Amino acid sequence: MIYREAGQFKTTYGADQAIFPIVQDRVIVALAVLAAFLVPPLVANEYWLQAVLIPFLIYALAAIGLNLLTGYAGQLSLGTGGFMAVGAYAAFKLTTAFPQVNIIAVFLLSGLIAAGVGLLFGIPSLRIKGFYLAVATLAAQFFLIWLFNKVPWFVNYASSGTITAPNRTVLGVIVTGPNATAPMRYLVALALVAAGALVAKNLVRGRIGRSWMAIRDRDIAAEIIGVRPLKTKLLAFSISSFYCGVAGAELVFLFLGSAETAAFDINQSFLVLFMVIIGGLGSILGSFLGAAFIVLTPIFLTNVPHAVGLSLPVALMKQIELMVFGGLILFFLIVEPHGLARLWQIGKEKLRLWPFPH
Amino acid sequence: MHAKWLLIVLLAAAVVAGPMATVAPAQDKTIYIPLLVYRTGAYAPSGIPNANGFNDYFNLLNERDGGINGVKIVIEECEMQYDTKQGVECYERLKGKGAVLVNPYSTGITYQLIPKAPVDKVVMHSMGYGMTASADGRWFPWVFNFPMTYWSQASAFIKYVGAQEGGMAKLKGKKIVHVYHNSPYGREANPTLETLAPQLGFELTLLAVDHPGQEQKATWLQVRRINPDWIYLSGWGVMNQVAVKEAATIGYKMDHLVGNWWSGSESDVVAAGDGARGFRSMTFHAAGPGFKVHQDVFKLLYDKGKGATKRELVGEVYYNRGMINAMLNIESVRTAMVKYGNKPLTGEQVRWGFENLNLTEQRLEQIGMKGMMRPIRVSCENHEGNGMAAVQQWDGKKWTIVSDWIEPMREVVRPKLEAAAVDEAKKLGYTMRDCSKE
Repeated sequence: MIYREAGQFKTTYGADQAIFPIVQDRVIVALAVLAAFLVPPLVANEYWLQAVLIPFLIYALAAIGLNLLTGYAGQLSLGTGGFMAVGAYAAFKLTTAFPQVNIIAVFLLSGLIAAGVGLLFGIPSLRIKGFYLAVATLAAQFFLIWLFNKVPWFVNYASSGTITAPNRTVLGVIVTGPNATAPMRYLVALALVAAGALVAKNLVRGRIGRSWMAIRDRDIAAEIIGVRPLKTKLLAFSISSFYCGVAGAELVFLFLGSAETAAFDINQSFLVLFMVIIGGLGSILGSFLGAAFIVLTPIFLTNVPHAVGLSLPVALMKQIELMVFGGLILFFLIVEPHGLARLWQIGKEKLRLWPFPH
Repeated sequence: MHAKWLLIVLLAAAVVAGPMATVAPAQDKTIYIPLLVYRTGAYAPSGIPNANGFNDYFNLLNERDGGINGVKIVIEECEMQYDTKQGVECYERLKGKGAVLVNPYSTGITYQLIPKAPVDKVVMHSMGYGMTASADGRWFPWVFNFPMTYWSQASAFIKYVGAQEGGMAKLKGKKIVHVYHNSPYGREANPTLETLAPQLGFELTLLAVDHPGQEQKATWLQVRRINPDWIYLSGWGVMNQVAVKEAATIGYKMDHLVGNWWSGSESDVVAAGDGARGFRSMTFHAAGPGFKVHQDVFKLLYDKGKGATKRELVGEVYYNRGMINAMLNIESVRTAMVKYGNKPLTGEQVRWGFENLNLTEQRLEQIGMKGMMRPIRVSCENHEGNGMAAVQQWDGKKWTIVSDWIEPMREVVRPKLEAAAVDEAKKLGYTMRDCSKE
């Protein structure tokens, strides 16, 4: 009844092709973004921001990156953790070598470095497809982690082999390092993920995204109609790695504060891949939903017994949490193999008909 | 279709209500001590006895003495699976409840929390682990790693080897292999061993084992080829079991395989069975349930069914270590209470207590731990204290100390440590404090 587009006439192509052609959508999304910028920094406590929302935003960015590659361009990758590590170590090297450079610029530059590395490891994708490509990208994962472990230059010869986020400011406000307040870190992460999502959404609606989808759906047919596989696949790898690289840098600088290579192990790659699969392949919204599911559900499950006043041994609780979480993943994949984004879409369609379904 | 909607609602609830269930402020007249534990995952064999030791000692104090000088101890465990991300979540959650001190029990998480400690005013006690450089209290006022650092420990190991070979001069030309967990923790001993190798003339080979260490065939093949005189093992969790088993399989002389003190517990040797007999490890306290404090634990906790574990597991190496860690926490808080009064303390006050801890032989006797560990004294400059190491050996049934107390090579370690502290502190933008004014 409320959610209905009757009477909204499009008079230009531009209006017809907008990201949100329906007025209600536009209003809701604008309000949601505004609320995301205003409400949590004012209302949420440090635990909420630092342990819940910031990792969610960072993983959402990484999931968008992988979704571009796997969901849109159809190239299965298990190298996400490695590319995130490239971003993190690049940001550390850059900001320790050039402390005066704005940290946001450092994040973007380290994204570019990750993009270069992604490009390199994307080359096999021209000959290898599907699961075999996944195995080839595994090599990226293991090689990169091994490299950062092996070469002390990457950690500035620290005996511990860890990288630590120094204090850095943006416009005079500390945003990274131990003295940065949680709201500032949150705002930086949010701004980056918002900008990243907007760019990604426009990318996939345009020529580049269409060529990715053409390659994904039938590479030979795409080649025949004039999409160049070399350029398209490598572009997908590098843009995807850019996002993952920025997310990796954020993970160390805004969330963990200090990290070793174990923070980027193969589990990270799987985690981000699960986010993409559960959220919905080929959907930007799905990346957010998937990240929310994977990051927030375990925290929720950990806190539920406390909330209802149930005092169980922590080990038992952890095991229950893992079982419930695994069960939920299975359940979602069975009831909706296309991911949470598809559920959202179905919900929207139902809402349009409400209250007179036919 | 209904199931779907139910799930959507559930998910929305998860997103919204998840972390709501957190804040329950500490009550008055209590001191709140959070415990980051890992009772599940690849590191659980090491994590479980430790956590039990902690629990039992704190509970014992509450039962026997009504807390510390009448201030009850409230503990809360948070399961973090030895995973840094979960560790951060735990820390943030428990910090909000009024924690004044934290024992991270993971070198990786210690590294992560070190920058946060001064900002949050939470004392970090990484007992015999964590960042070696943080032993320089002038740069790291909030971090304590007494009774000993990894570097001191490695130097004590070399001293022990020297003594076994019949003098430090005999080390010349000897082959020593360091098999280590490829993480900041495992790498900690490397700088010290690398410094000492040219000085004393032994050949050092570093062999890394990647997390979690279930597959070490290649490493031990290399060991076999090198045929070292001594092996120093820095493993953790399941890696230790595998390493001991592999060493036994290749027929290495077990009494020349020496673990660091995180690689020498019951769970590390049982998998190898009889083959593990003779395996040695460093330690800074005695194992076994034969001390007075254990009698109290049996009487006041286990006889009443309040124990954290099974009776026969009391006195395991890591159980005793958890107890000692809890005791050091308590004695530091008690030290602070002498100055600030018998009431719940702030982070700053507890920090003062840690820094001025002077645990005497007499005090150890009072708390029933005489002979279990050595006295220790901490100072503003030296957060490592004056601890000493010993070597224990597995005889197939129990761990027994087989060496005298070994003084680490402080003259070698301390200058390196101070240089490293400057490096690490610079990264964080710290300034050095003047200890004469404390």
